[in-house]
Amino acid sequence: MRKKNKFAVFGLVVITAFCVLSIAAPIIAPYDPGEIMESEIQGPSLRHPFGTDDLGRDILSRVLYGGRISLSVAVIAVAVALTIGVLLGAVAGYYGGLLDEMIMRFTDIMLSFPTIFLILAIQSVLTPNIVNVMVVIGATSWMGIARLVRGEFLTVKERDFVEAARAIGCGNFRIIFKHILPNSMGPVIVSGTLGMAGAILTESALSFLGLGVQPPVPSWGNMLMDSQAYLIDAPWMAVIPGVFIVLAVLSLYFIGEGLRERLNPKE
Amino acid sequence: MAAMLELNKVSTHYLSGGRIIKAVDNVDMRINEGEVVGLVGESGSGKSTLALSVLRLIDPPGKVYGEVLWNGINLLNLSPQNMRRIRGEEISMVFQDPFSSLNPVIKIGEQIAEVFRFHKKLSRRKAWEAAIKVLDLVHIKDPGERVNDYPHQFSGGMKQRVAVAMAYALSPKLLIADEPTTALDVTMQKAILELLKELKTGMLFITHNIALVSEMCSRMYVMKDGRIVEQGDTREVLGNPKDAYTKRLIDSYKEINLGLD
Repeated sequence: MRKKNKFAVFGLVVITAFCVLSIAAPIIAPYDPGEIMESEIQGPSLRHPFGTDDLGRDILSRVLYGGRISLSVAVIAVAVALTIGVLLGAVAGYYGGLLDEMIMRFTDIMLSFPTIFLILAIQSVLTPNIVNVMVVIGATSWMGIARLVRGEFLTVKERDFVEAARAIGCGNFRIIFKHILPNSMGPVIVSGTLGMAGAILTESALSFLGLGVQPPVPSWGNMLMDSQAYLIDAPWMAVIPGVFIVLAVLSLYFIGEGLRERLNPKE
Repeated sequence: MAAMLELNKVSTHYLSGGRIIKAVDNVDMRINEGEVVGLVGESGSGKSTLALSVLRLIDPPGKVYGEVLWNGINLLNLSPQNMRRIRGEEISMVFQDPFSSLNPVIKIGEQIAEVFRFHKKLSRRKAWEAAIKVLDLVHIKDPGERVNDYPHQFSGGMKQRVAVAMAYALSPKLLIADEPTTALDVTMQKAILELLKELKTGMLFITHNIALVSEMCSRMYVMKDGRIVEQGDTREVLGNPKDAYTKRLIDSYKEINLGLD
């Protein structure tokens, strides 16, 4: 097994574990994530392996429930980004001409916005809730995917089997989605995986700034925000969600890199 | 006999860097029902472009002029929907390179079934069964097993059989075979030719190999630089060529194959 593969396997194991733990949170979490204990800010102990936070809530339980939010935000945000990016990229690459020109210039404009400020601006206008966070992150991170898909379509549409499909009477819709898209999915999957890592980070940053997932619902990002005032007295409050974020993001990068190598033997 | 396909002054022009390139130039041609007609010429003479023009598969900036009459109807004026119905159902095409004319990520069976689902609106299961039948028709062994394979699991000759199966699935009136054996080795060439001879359909057989024309076709056209330079009964054209280019084509074929140099 090559070195890269080991990293990818590590990533896959970690992400799978995180997903299982998050899904099973109601069963395995020792406490309710909102339940307030007798005493606040306790260090790790047998009763509270990760300690408690400033309100006396069990951090282990919160980090498990927070995983549900953070990971599902990542998945949905990437799904939104993929939908927009694949559609625009496919149309631009397949039809070409003026349509391509318009779509790609729009993509360039979107790319030239500093994304984080764009998200901040949108989020300060909208009510910050989970659904908005998902959609906004997705709607501001599709540009790379659109460019990638367009590039793939430009190459794949020249291949003979596309002409052959037209020669048996297939229409544009069928050719785009059945014949070209499946042949362009490799790089898209890679960039979707890497996009999930980005989405987790963006969600954390937004929640940290108070414009993401709103308390009392826990997410890894807003747990970090809660920890700000207690960095010296209760470092575990920051370290625990921080470690989870780092591990999740790192794992997704490893998986993405592994897939990239696997799906593109030329490199 | 009435012509099934009749081309009247068909020209296909591409605009490139402000210049007009005449890939096909004023071509007249007719193919009767059930007739196998050869189209010979060197690479770049416009044979494939002519074939694609008939099926209206020329992309802009290319443009086709003239009349492509299919049973009296000009295909160039047909709506895109009606043209899509003609493709695959009445006129279909086999491409040169079977290694690239099949979609690598779709199962063989599904690629053939697609034709039935699209044109005949068959259910998934019925289309699948029909696909197995067609595979059997082109002599793929164990068609019931092989439908589940992907193209990379097939050899070149078998891929071309699958391509023929797709094109022949709906028993079209005209099959355009664009150098169907060029990408294959000699034994496979032979097998594909035998297969094509079995099919009961009119055919436009495109090739640069004169020997294949004499084996396959009753009539032939010779194309050079987008124009038809000679046409007629195959034996007559090959036995008594009138055009200088046809003579050269025949001579060069003899040189290569008989080692006269």
